[in-house]
Amino acid sequence: MTGAQAVVAGLKAEGVELVFGYPGGAALNLYDALYDSGITHILARHEQGAAHAADGYARSTGKVGVCLATSGPGATNLVTGIATANMDSVPMVFITSQVGTSLIGKDSFQEADITGITTPITKHNFLVKRPQDLMKTVKEAFYIARTGRPGPVLIDIPKDITGMEGDFTYPESINLRGYHPLFEGDPSKIEELAAAIKKAKKPMVFVGGGLRIAGAWSEFASFIEKTGIPVVSSLMGLGCFPADHELYLGMLGMHGTYTANQSVTQCDLLIGIGVRFDDRVTGLVSKFAPEALIVHMDIDPAEINKNVRTDIKILGDLKWSLPLLSQMAEPGDIAAWQKQVLAWKQERPLRFEENGDVIKPQSVVKAISDITEGSAFLVTDVGQHQMWAAQYYNSKKPRRFITSGGLGTMGYGLPAAIGAQLGNPDETVWAIAGDGGIMMNIQEIATAVEHQLPIKVVVINNQGLGMVRQWQRIFYDQRYSCSRYGTETDLAKVAEAFGAKGIKVQEPGELIPALQEANNYCGPVFIDVLVCDQENVLPMVPAGAPIDQMIGG
Amino acid sequence: MKHTLAVLVENRPGVLTHISGLISRRAFNIESITAGSTEESDMTRITLVVDVGNDDELEQIVNQLGKLVDVIKIINLTKVDSINRDLAMIKVWALPEHRSDIVDIVDIFRAKIVDVHPETMVIELTGEEDKIDALCEVLKGHGIIEIVRTGKIALSRSAIAAKDSKES
Repeated sequence: MTGAQAVVAGLKAEGVELVFGYPGGAALNLYDALYDSGITHILARHEQGAAHAADGYARSTGKVGVCLATSGPGATNLVTGIATANMDSVPMVFITSQVGTSLIGKDSFQEADITGITTPITKHNFLVKRPQDLMKTVKEAFYIARTGRPGPVLIDIPKDITGMEGDFTYPESINLRGYHPLFEGDPSKIEELAAAIKKAKKPMVFVGGGLRIAGAWSEFASFIEKTGIPVVSSLMGLGCFPADHELYLGMLGMHGTYTANQSVTQCDLLIGIGVRFDDRVTGLVSKFAPEALIVHMDIDPAEINKNVRTDIKILGDLKWSLPLLSQMAEPGDIAAWQKQVLAWKQERPLRFEENGDVIKPQSVVKAISDITEGSAFLVTDVGQHQMWAAQYYNSKKPRRFITSGGLGTMGYGLPAAIGAQLGNPDETVWAIAGDGGIMMNIQEIATAVEHQLPIKVVVINNQGLGMVRQWQRIFYDQRYSCSRYGTETDLAKVAEAFGAKGIKVQEPGELIPALQEANNYCGPVFIDVLVCDQENVLPMVPAGAPIDQMIGG
Repeated sequence: MKHTLAVLVENRPGVLTHISGLISRRAFNIESITAGSTEESDMTRITLVVDVGNDDELEQIVNQLGKLVDVIKIINLTKVDSINRDLAMIKVWALPEHRSDIVDIVDIFRAKIVDVHPETMVIELTGEEDKIDALCEVLKGHGIIEIVRTGKIALSRSAIAAKDSKES
C-alpha cells in the first residue's frame, strides 16, 4: 500500500463518501489512489469553490466536509474557505499536497507554507513528514474536526510521502494529551440558572449556531415549551427554533427586529445558548442587555467573557446541559413580559413598502419563503440579500439556513448550495445571491451543470454592491465610491452558456411564475431578478451603537 | 499587571510560533517568552510573561491558549509560590585601571566573570529580573557594550510537578 492509498483508506474508515477538490502536480499520487476507491470526487472549477462546497455539505448534513487540493496555489486558494469554516465552527478536513520533503523550504515550484499560512484559521493543522504517521494523522484530524467546538483541520502531505510503500494500519484509539473536549459540565451551574429563571420577571433566550451544531433543537424546544421564555436568534441560529412559533421574536442585532432588540435591551435575564456575542449582535457592548443577568451556555471555555461579561457560565455540550435544564427549570411569573413582547411583535413587525412598478428585493425572498413553506435548504451569499433572507425567509427547520456568518464571505452561496444539494440529493435547495457575490464564484455553475444538480439560484440583482451602497448612502453622504459596475452582465445568458437554465425577470408580474417554473424544473436553474437598487436593509443599527437605537423599523 | 505562565506543550516544530502568533493575533502583549526541553523528551516548557490590563484579559489568554491542541497544560505561576530566574550576560569596558571596581561589583551581586579581554569583560548573572536590572544599572557607568538576557523561567516550590497539578 502506498501512503496515498493509506490516506484514502483512512477517509473510508471515517465514513467519507464524498470529497470535493481540484488536482495538481503534487496531488497526483492522492488522486491516483482516489481513482478506483469508491469515494466520489466532485471536481470544482476553483479550489475556493471546492472548499465552500465541502462546507455547505458539512453544514447541511452535520458530517465532516472533506476537501483536497494540490500544493502552493491550490492550497492558498483554499484559505478563504478555511477561514469561513473556522469562523462558523464547521467540521472539515482539508488535505493539501506539499512538494517533496527534499524540496521543502527551498521556494520550490508550487511550494507554499500552508500550515504556517493556515495556523490562525484552523482548529489544528499537521504537516506529515513520515509515512507511518499518515493514518494516525487522518484519524486525529477527523476527531479534532468533529468533536468539541467543531472546526477545520488541515493535513499537508509531501508528495514523496504519498508515494512511499508501507504496511499501514488504521489506529483504533487516539491519544491527544492537550485535547479533551468537555461534554458534561458542572450541574450546579444549571441549578443556579434554574433558580434565576424562577426569579426572573423578564427573561429572554438568545440562540445561535452552537444549538444547530449540537443538534439539540428538540431539547431546546421542550425547554421553551416548559418555561414560556421568548426566543431571539443570531444569524447562525436561524431555523433552530421555528420562525412561526408564537414565542419567536426574530433575529437580534444590526439588522434584527425591533422586538428582538427591545426585548434584549429590557430583559432582566439573558440566556445565551451556543452564541458568541458577535459585535453585529451586541452593538455597543456596554449598552447590551444592561439590566440583565447574563448566562452563557457553550462548549468552548474561551467564548465565556470574550465579548460580554457573563454572570453564570455553563460549559459543556448542549445535548448534556439542555435536557438537564429542562428538567430543573420551572416557569417564573412572566405573563406580563410575554404580553409585552408579543405586543411589540404585533405592533412592530418587519415591513417594506410594496411597489407595483419595481421588484422589491424583500418580496423575492418572501415569495421563495412561501413557495418552499420555509422548509427548503436556503443557502445565501453575503450582502443585502443575505440580511433580507435572514429577515423574510421563515426558516422552520434546523440546518437549512446556510450562510457565511462570521467571515461574511462573498462568493460562498453558489458553491455551498452545490455541497448542500450533493449532501441532500432528495431535498430542495435554493440559493440566493447578489449580483456582486455570484460573480466571485460564478464558474461553479459548471460544476452544478456537470452533476445536473437541481439547485435554484436566484440572483437579487441591484446592479452593484448593495450593502456597500447602503452604507455609503447612510454614512458617506451618498458618495457611491466604486459600488456600481460599469457594465451590465446578462447573468441569465451566462448561466445558459454554462448549460444551466437561465431566466431573466424584469417586471414584478414575472416574478412568481419564474420562481414556480424554477421550483418545478429538474436541473440547475438561474433566475436573474432585476430589483429596485435604492432599497436599504432595515431596520439597521449603526455599527457601534446600542441595539435599541435603530434606523427604520 | 504581569503574569508568569508555564505552558507545557508537545515538542513539535511550529508550536512556539503558534503560541506567540495566537497571543499577538488577539492583541495581547508578550513581555518575554522562553522555551526549552523538560524531563520528558516529548514535552517542551514555555515560560510566558504577559502584561495584562485586567483579569478578563488574562482569562482570555489562558482560555485561548488552552484551545490549542498541542498545549498540554497551563499553570499561572504568579498565583503560587515560585522561583523566578533570568540569565544575563553583560559585556562591559574593563580597562586595567577599572577592573578591580568591576570585580567588586561582580562580587557584591554574586555574579560571575566568564570572560576577560585586555579591554573588556563578560559578566554572567542569574537572578530575578530586578536584580539583573540593578546590576546593569550599576555597570552603566563603566560602559556597557552589549547585553543578552534569556527572559524569565519559573518553577513552583511545590512538590507537585506542573504537568501533574490540577490547574487547567
